[in-house]
Amino acid sequence: MTVTNPPNEVREGATPTPSALRSFNLSRDQLPVLASLSVVWIVFAIANDRFLTPGNLTNLALQIVSVGAISVGVVFVLLLGEIDLSAGALSGFAAAIMAVLNVNHGLSVPVAILAAVLGGAVVGTVQGLIITRFALPAFVVTLAGLLVWQGGLLYLLGDSGTINLTDPVYLTMSTSSLPRWAGWLLAAVVVVGYGLTTAQRRRSRRAVGLKIETARALGMRLGLAAVSVTVIVAVLNADRGVPVAVLVLLAFVAIGDLVVRRCPFGRHVIAVGSNTEAARRAGINTKRVRIAVFAISGAMAGAGGVLAASRLLSVYQGSGGSDLLLMAIAGPVIAGTSLFGARGSVWSALSGAVLLGSISNGMDLLSLSSSVKFMVTGLVLVAAVILDSISRQRLAAKPKRPT
Amino acid sequence: MAPVDKGEPLLFAQQITKTFGAVQALKGVDLAVSAGEVVALVGDNGAGKSTLVKTLAGVQSPDAGQIFFEGKPVSLDNPAVSSELGIATIYQDLALCDHLDVVANLYLGRERRNAGRLLNEQEMELKAIELVGSLSTNPPPARALVRDLSGGQRQVVAIARALLADPKLVLLDEPTAALGVSQTHEVLELIRMLRARGLGCVLISHNLDDIFAVADRVCVLRLGLNAADFTVSDCSHEAVVAAITGATPSTTTPL
Repeated sequence: MTVTNPPNEVREGATPTPSALRSFNLSRDQLPVLASLSVVWIVFAIANDRFLTPGNLTNLALQIVSVGAISVGVVFVLLLGEIDLSAGALSGFAAAIMAVLNVNHGLSVPVAILAAVLGGAVVGTVQGLIITRFALPAFVVTLAGLLVWQGGLLYLLGDSGTINLTDPVYLTMSTSSLPRWAGWLLAAVVVVGYGLTTAQRRRSRRAVGLKIETARALGMRLGLAAVSVTVIVAVLNADRGVPVAVLVLLAFVAIGDLVVRRCPFGRHVIAVGSNTEAARRAGINTKRVRIAVFAISGAMAGAGGVLAASRLLSVYQGSGGSDLLLMAIAGPVIAGTSLFGARGSVWSALSGAVLLGSISNGMDLLSLSSSVKFMVTGLVLVAAVILDSISRQRLAAKPKRPT
Repeated sequence: MAPVDKGEPLLFAQQITKTFGAVQALKGVDLAVSAGEVVALVGDNGAGKSTLVKTLAGVQSPDAGQIFFEGKPVSLDNPAVSSELGIATIYQDLALCDHLDVVANLYLGRERRNAGRLLNEQEMELKAIELVGSLSTNPPPARALVRDLSGGQRQVVAIARALLADPKLVLLDEPTAALGVSQTHEVLELIRMLRARGLGCVLISHNLDDIFAVADRVCVLRLGLNAADFTVSDCSHEAVVAAITGATPSTTTPL
C-alpha cells in the first residue's frame, strides 16, 4: 500500500484517499498477526517437514472452523468493549440440543441444527436482557452463564454422558470438499467479483468528485487478493479440495465483516463501544444494540458447537469445554481486536484462529505435551495483549488537542 | 431561514423553576433569544446555567414555567422533542465517537442507506465534505478518525453534526473551555457564522473575552435568578463581573 501517512499528516490536511485509508487500516491492523503467523510457520516448517504440506494445512483449516465461528460472535462483543465468557459452554449446550433433537427425538439434521443455532441466539438474548435490564457487567452475567450452560449440557446428555451422531449428514458436513474445478471457479468468482465491485465504487466516487485510491494502490490491493485466494485454493486443491466446513467459516467471516463495516447496525455497535453516552444522545437504542450483540454471540456459539460436534461425530461432557472459550477470545485479541471496544475487525476472528491453530497443530506434530502447549499459547496471548496496550498508549500519547 | 421579526423572540422561556431535592436550582428564570442573535448565559458555578440549558435541550423537564418556541407554547419533555422543533445542543464533551471517522460521526443515528439497505457512504461523504467545508477554512478530512483531530476540528465536527438537523436554535455549552487561542478564535468565528445564517445561539461560557467578542447580549444568572441582562455593545467587563458575583444590586433591564 502506498498510503502510509502518519496521523499527524492527516491532521494537517494531507488526506490519503478514503478507500485507501480504510484498506490500509485493515491491513495495518492485520499486519502484526500475519508477521507472527509467518514466524510460527517458518519455525514449525523447520522443526517438522510435514507442517507445510497441503494435507496438514487442510487439517489445520478444519481444526479452526469451530473456534473461528465462535470468535466471529466474540468479535461483536469485543467491539462493544464487553466480554462473553459463556460462548464456549454455550457451544456445547447448543450441540447437545442438536444431538438430543436429532438422535433421541428423530428430528432431521437441518431442523436440529437450526434449533441449536436459534437456541444459542435465545440464550444470548436472555443474557443480554439481564445485562442491560439490571446494568450488570457482562463479565459476571456470562460467567454465570458459563456454569449454567455447562450444567445444561450435562443435563441434556443424561446418564450416558455421550451422544454419538450417526446420521451420515454429519460426516458429509465435516469431511466433504468442493470438487477441484469448483474450487477454482469459486476463486475466480470471488476475485472477479471483488475487482468489479471495487472498480465500480471507484468509478462512482470519481463521477461525483470524491477522492479515489490511486490506480497503483488499487492494483496492489486487487493483486494481493488474487494471489492470496489463488495460493489458498491451490494448496487446498493439492490435498482434497476446498473443505465445505472451511467455506462455512469464510462465509460467517464475510457476512460478519459486511455487517460491521457496511450496515448501520455495525456502526452503532462501534459507536456504543466507543462512547455509549454519545451513541445514546445520537438517538441510538444502546440497550437494543447490546442485546442484539449478545444474541449474535450466542448464535455463533451455537453454530460453532454444531461444527465441532459434526467434526467429532459426537457430543460429550467435554463439548465446548477445555480451552475452547479461551482460544475463541484470545484469537481475535491476538489478531488486533481490542479488549477495550470499538477497535477491531471480524477478519481477526479468522486470522487469530489460524495463528492459534497453527501453534497448536505444530506442537501436536512435534508431539509436545499439553503442558507445553498451554504455556506457549498463554505466552503468545500475553505478548499480543501487551502489543495491543502499547499501540493504545501510542494513540493516547499523540497530541490530541494541541493548545 | 428568514430572521424573525425582532418583536417576537425565537425562544422565550418564562419563569422557569426547577428543584432537585432540597436545592432550588432555578427560581423563576426568564430567557429570550431572537433569530440571528447570540445570547451569552453566564453566572458562577451553581447559578443554574446548565440546568436552564438542559431544560431547553429537553433533558430535564422544568417544575414550572412556560417555554415558547416561535411564538407557540411547547413542552420539551425529552431530547427528541427539542431536536424535532429545531433546538440543537452541543455539549461540552461534544459527544463524539473517537473511533469513528468524521462522516460516521456526523450521520450517527441517522445513517443514509442505499437500495441494498447498506450504508450509503458516498452520499454521506459528499454532504459531510460540503457541510464541514462550509464551516471551516481548515476542515478535518472526511475519513479521518475523530480521535486524530485537533480540539478545534472536533468542535467543527460537533457543530456540523448539530447543523445537519437544520436547527433554528443552537445551545453551546462551554465550547471554548478546552481550546487554545487560535482554536478558540476559530470556534468564535463559527458562532458568528451561525448568527449570520439567522440561527439563534445560546452560549454558556466563563470566558468574558469570548463573550464580548461574539455575543449580542449577556444574560447573567445568580443563585437561580436573573441577575442582569446586558447589551454587549454598551456594558463593561466590570459590570458583568459585578452582576455575576452580586457586588451590585440586581439591575435587570427589561427583556
